[in-house]
Amino acid sequence: MIEIFGISLQAMLSQLLLGLVNGSFYAMLSLGLAVIFGLLNVINMAHGAFYMMGAFLAWMGLNYFGLNYWVMLITAPLLAGVFGMVIEKTLLRWLYQLDHLYGLLLTFGITLMLEGLFRSFYGTSGQPYSVPELLAGATNLGFMMLPNYRAWVVVASLVVCFATWFAIEKTKLGAYLRAGTENPKLVEAFGINVPLMVTLTYGFGVALAAFAGVLAAPVIQVSPLMGSDLIIVVFAVVVIGGMGSIMGSIIIGLALGVIEGLTRVFYPELSATVVFIIMVIVLTLRPAGLFGKEK
Amino acid sequence: MNKKVGYAIALAAALAAPFVVYPVFLMQVLCFALFACAFNLLIGFTGLLSFGHAAFFGGAGYVTGYALKSMGLPFELGLALGIVAAAAIGLIMGSLAIRRQGIYFAMITLALAQMLFFVYLQAPFTDGENGLQGVPRGRLLGSIDLGNDMTLYYVVLAIAIAGFALIARTIHSPFGQVLKAIKENEARAISLGYDVDRYKLLAFVLSAALSGLAGATKTVVLGLETLTDVHWSMSGLVVLMTLVGGLGTLAGPIVGAIVIVALENKVGDVGNWLAALTSIEWFRSIGESVTMVTGFIFIVCVLAFRRGIVGEIGALFSRTSTR
Repeated sequence: MIEIFGISLQAMLSQLLLGLVNGSFYAMLSLGLAVIFGLLNVINMAHGAFYMMGAFLAWMGLNYFGLNYWVMLITAPLLAGVFGMVIEKTLLRWLYQLDHLYGLLLTFGITLMLEGLFRSFYGTSGQPYSVPELLAGATNLGFMMLPNYRAWVVVASLVVCFATWFAIEKTKLGAYLRAGTENPKLVEAFGINVPLMVTLTYGFGVALAAFAGVLAAPVIQVSPLMGSDLIIVVFAVVVIGGMGSIMGSIIIGLALGVIEGLTRVFYPELSATVVFIIMVIVLTLRPAGLFGKEK
Repeated sequence: MNKKVGYAIALAAALAAPFVVYPVFLMQVLCFALFACAFNLLIGFTGLLSFGHAAFFGGAGYVTGYALKSMGLPFELGLALGIVAAAAIGLIMGSLAIRRQGIYFAMITLALAQMLFFVYLQAPFTDGENGLQGVPRGRLLGSIDLGNDMTLYYVVLAIAIAGFALIARTIHSPFGQVLKAIKENEARAISLGYDVDRYKLLAFVLSAALSGLAGATKTVVLGLETLTDVHWSMSGLVVLMTLVGGLGTLAGPIVGAIVIVALENKVGDVGNWLAALTSIEWFRSIGESVTMVTGFIFIVCVLAFRRGIVGEIGALFSRTSTR
């Protein structure tokens, strides 16, 4: 058995993988936050609640309608996305002319309502969701056992993250989006339907959060509070990375997940706070964030 | 003139209240009112939205609770220690958070407060999930027994009024005017030669210290301190109180605190009543998830009611008087 600093390689690798899994969630959520913030100028506090909603939709689909994981992996983000678009159309729309803070407060209210709603039906205890059959079990890599599902989470979220990056940075639609971030009035003058673009962007960001939620359902227990604990860490991730760069969000998200995983091996007492400590260090040395451009 | 009459009526009501309403409930309202006013000093008069005020409120509560219970310090010293602790946390948190602006400020304070939440969860002196129980009330100045609810009520009232007076004085002082200038137009304030960061930090520390006073007092009143007070939902609650009452108004947060604390206590009854009325059993569960109701109020306030109760009344008055 190989050991590093008295810790078996096996334990370290499995924590590393767990860190990567968490990092994938951070990456997907902070990516969605950044995209939404770019165009809407709203920090979507409800992002964690939508993540929770995604997980619950998957659970409800299975338990009430017998829809399996793969169906819900597509359906839940779509449903959540539509829900997000309705919220944007009916609620958020009225706040664009006001201070950013009102957007934050409104989405905070939405968070409380969604959490309270799910809590009134399911209580605070977690609901188990089993790993889909196709991905059950583990693969022996020789030096460690690789749980198939965790590997899938990392791969799936990486694919989604890079697809998003590609769509925004390399396609025509993405170009409109980036232009809309810079100067929405001018883009509108060129005949592009900016309000529609805003709605779709919000819907997409919400769908991304719900997708992460479905992926998370078999890894952690589905509970109404799973979102709010995560979203605060994601906020720290966003502060560390700055919201200026899509790729930055992805990399920082993954990196912090890994660092958190390693901390759990070497000094478990700090694992809950390490991301915040890094945030403090970054704020001291580079206030605008690692990838940020502050005006 | 009108204002003086208003204050006199409010004071008379506060003095008479414990004869009508359960004093412990009133003391809780007072503590939250002070907390909300301290918070409003930042959001309403400096334009900084902190989402981490629970760290000061609960942090001071823990320090005071520990000082009274385990160190056996007298009441006044315990409170003072709590305030000092809150101010120190505020100084550290503030100096980090003012490095970024607007939304980032809110996110940083939220994240730092969450970090402290984990510290309180794991630290040996907080008793983790159980919280500090059985904190003694002690004696005021070593002679007056605070075990009596009525006596303690008037002490808490005096503390709260002192806090309000300090806040009112701050807002109307030249310092408060600079804060207002920063809120209205930060770039302009800088160009006029004000060291904006120092003003912001001072306002932050002051707000933290007063929140600490509120939290410390609440611990003495209830005799316990739990993780609820340092949780992010507490930070959200104080935002809601201030918003409901009216951002940037002096009396608003007090009104907001009364409304929200009363609501949190009564919402279960309303749920039961609705369940009886409509025979939909689900309404009974509202009592257990008050957050749904608070979330709803949040949304309504932000969309339709941004000036808050006091702000709307003020607007109504100025409209009728100009007519």
